[in-house]
Amino acid sequence: MSSCHGSIGTAGLAKPPQVAAPQKLVALIGPPNSGKTTLFNRLTGLRQKVANFPGVTVEHHIGRAHLPGRHNVDIIDLPGIYSLNPRSEDEQVTYDVLHGRMPGLRRPDGVILVLDSTSLQRHLPLAAAVLTLRLPTLVVLNMADELRERGGGVDTEALANQLGAPVVLISAATGEGVKSVAQFLTGGIAVPRLVELPVIQDVPACRQWAREVSRSARYTHPAPPVWTQRLDALFLHPLWGPLIFAVVVAAVFQSIFTWARPLMDAVQAAITASGEMLRAALPPGWLQSLAVDGVWSGVGAVVVFLPQILLLFLFISVLEDSGYLARAALIADRTMARVGLQGKSFIPLLSAYACAVPAIMATRTIENRRDRIATILIAPFMTCSARLPVYTLIIAAFIPERPFLGPFLGTRAAALLGLYLLGFLAAIATAKILKSSILKSERAPFVLELPPYRMPTLSSVGLRLLDRALAFLKRAGTVILGISILLWILASVPPADGQPPPIQHSLAGTLGRAIEPLIEPLGFNWKIGIGLITSLAAREVIVGTLGTIYGMDPDHNSAGLQQALQKELTFGGAVALLVFFAFAMQCMSTLAVVRRETGSWKWPAIQFLYMGALAYASAWAVHRLLG
Amino acid sequence: MQLSFKAASRKRQAATLADLPAGSEAVIDRLDLPEDLASRLMELGFIPGHPVAAARNAPGGDPRVFRVEGAEIALRRETARHILIRKN
Repeated sequence: MSSCHGSIGTAGLAKPPQVAAPQKLVALIGPPNSGKTTLFNRLTGLRQKVANFPGVTVEHHIGRAHLPGRHNVDIIDLPGIYSLNPRSEDEQVTYDVLHGRMPGLRRPDGVILVLDSTSLQRHLPLAAAVLTLRLPTLVVLNMADELRERGGGVDTEALANQLGAPVVLISAATGEGVKSVAQFLTGGIAVPRLVELPVIQDVPACRQWAREVSRSARYTHPAPPVWTQRLDALFLHPLWGPLIFAVVVAAVFQSIFTWARPLMDAVQAAITASGEMLRAALPPGWLQSLAVDGVWSGVGAVVVFLPQILLLFLFISVLEDSGYLARAALIADRTMARVGLQGKSFIPLLSAYACAVPAIMATRTIENRRDRIATILIAPFMTCSARLPVYTLIIAAFIPERPFLGPFLGTRAAALLGLYLLGFLAAIATAKILKSSILKSERAPFVLELPPYRMPTLSSVGLRLLDRALAFLKRAGTVILGISILLWILASVPPADGQPPPIQHSLAGTLGRAIEPLIEPLGFNWKIGIGLITSLAAREVIVGTLGTIYGMDPDHNSAGLQQALQKELTFGGAVALLVFFAFAMQCMSTLAVVRRETGSWKWPAIQFLYMGALAYASAWAVHRLLG
Repeated sequence: MQLSFKAASRKRQAATLADLPAGSEAVIDRLDLPEDLASRLMELGFIPGHPVAAARNAPGGDPRVFRVEGAEIALRRETARHILIRKN
């Protein structure tokens, strides 16, 4: 058997020798679904930050683990990989990080290799590749509880001897054995002992090696997961499968409206009350106006939608963590193939319902570049959570709540569902056009691993929700705050007789009226026009902008945003506005990430113009039809 | 390559993974695919000489789900057609 390292016969020690210095920066790597992120969350808790490497495509989490004995280790969570042959972009990133070639990040001092103990033999070749790097390595076998339940087992001491590196068996989900990982980090991990490893490019040799190693480690394969078989019989059933999928989607939309309502009312009440307290606390004058009318009503109008957005992320996290999303991709493959894409495009497209930015980064798993660009170009058509505040505001103002499909679906939820469908259809049609013209390519193969169903853990879902909530509030505290202040200034100059001018004579009003001829055919007036200008930064900004404009307009001051809008827009204009937001590319972050992922301004420019033209033409047609 | 493959399969009546009935097992003989895809499939467990089982199909019959080394991997029929199998 070919080997790249001769065997050096030192005594096998499972524990690291005393000489190892504690590591400061440790990379967490492993195959997809091996539970890296769960372990990462266990080790670092909430002490994480998102690192954004310049020039490359990935957002990683870096977290700090506080260990006993007062020393800290920074841990990088890297994308899931099957091998270290840099073929896809995910693998390239991991390869670069491990070789210290990632700009802005030094080479890690150590590696925690996380393998799924329920499919150990399959994942051992990755261990061979990682050990060949000769970085201090700790091998973590995760899912110990599942291995036991399904009747499998492994001798970690024997495996450590075979690999020349320490091995621990843990369950990151239950917390079992996580302490021993922390202990190894405290004591420092040693460079792996030289053992015989296969040449990693030779796949059959690696497999043979993996088979021998797992045999000498007395590894017993666990029985196939019974629950996964039973659930798949249902979820992949020719009839029930697609039907269940449809019911799940409808339930998500209905609950966004009904369950979030009391929470949103509570947030709204808190914002109004605190705004009044702020007004009372400040002396009348420009400062009071800036704080209450500018900042508070602008930022507050957006923050109200936090419960809805969290609810949407809750559903997406649960579906993803449970393993159902992979089945959904499988069900979707045939449909996706019809428009020239593949089932793998489905997962980024589904996460685009939360936000296009992570969705566009998730396209890295698509190997075919043309498929990948097509997916990137259509992802922003999927209804992201930033559209949700705009949609719900307008729907609530213009569509009365009535039962639509019996007690299951009301008219408002149905309208929302219709808008989601509209975005989806635009995406599919665009994909079809792209894949039969400028992005034509051979059909790319579809290869997808179906992970076993797992119960989503509270900590993993909870941390993700917290992460999203903080990101949303950070946006409200930066972009939306900044634009609210800017807008307040624009609406307050030029002063007339030392007083702020009437809004239509202010600078903001002048800007709005300047574009009014352009948007008047769509049924929008100059106030909506100001909102359209500011929402170029991010869609939800329009809600804050309208909040500020009506907050400063004495005629509307007491009325809520909904009543104010009812006076501004006809029904046709309102539907036109909804359609405009469904199609238009109003998001700086998305354009920036498309530029980064595709490597030029060509694709974001095409995307911006195409989506803008479609939005304008459709809104115009809708307004003509509905009057 | 396409032609020689078809001729060979007719001559030896080689079965492919696409034809493996759900619930039955076989041994992988050869992967008649571009090198990139073949090595990716081997990393996932589709290795000549190793067993493979057909698990179930997606609604509509395509893609199909196969079980290799305890994992379930979905492939389209058009890919499975190029993975030759023999009975064990």
